[in-house]
Amino acid sequence: MAEKAVIIVHSGDLDKIYSAMIVANGALSMGMDASLFFTFWGLERLKKNGLDKGPLSKMNFLGLGKWMVKSRMKKANVVSLEKLMTDFKELGGKIIACEMTMEIMGIKPEQLHREWIDDYGAVGTYIMEAKDASITLFI
Amino acid sequence: MTETNIDVRGQTCPVPLVECRKAIKKAAPGDEIVILGTHPASKKEIPMACEAMGLEVMEVEDKDNEWKIRIKR
Repeated sequence: MAEKAVIIVHSGDLDKIYSAMIVANGALSMGMDASLFFTFWGLERLKKNGLDKGPLSKMNFLGLGKWMVKSRMKKANVVSLEKLMTDFKELGGKIIACEMTMEIMGIKPEQLHREWIDDYGAVGTYIMEAKDASITLFI
Repeated sequence: MTETNIDVRGQTCPVPLVECRKAIKKAAPGDEIVILGTHPASKKEIPMACEAMGLEVMEVEDKDNEWKIRIKR
């Protein structure tokens, strides 16, 4: 069985979603399996057209900081979250949406990109996913 | 035997690694993949990924600011 990376995507901040997606794609690229467990504000990013709608975790300045960082990312030719998600799915990455926090966040399944989601679950699903993983992160 | 060419010049992390993995996934055993890029870290990391997956890196060529890596699936 391949080694595995499992990441809890708790934050919906743009920079943190980038971190989670890059680490997950990196794991897949190195021949590992990868699963992303979306919960709390992370779930907002699974909404239709919601992937890069998050603020920066620091120095967002009502969107000005985010705009600056995004323009710098464009200059540095950093790939879009949309492409990272497409590649993640193409390389066999798995996405789990937390059903329990969907209720707390008031998110209905039909609001989400359901074609990205492989499984819905709660803490038990995360534990089963992570218990044989060599990398687990909480982002 | 087919040869797949990937051009990731100007692309940054994690694109070279990801595009390399996508090509490996599509290739049949014995096929060769040639990746052309400029991102410095990927020149080290693509061979690392190949080693982790038990694949053979046949050639790493470096000229000016470009590198070329040839992999056998």
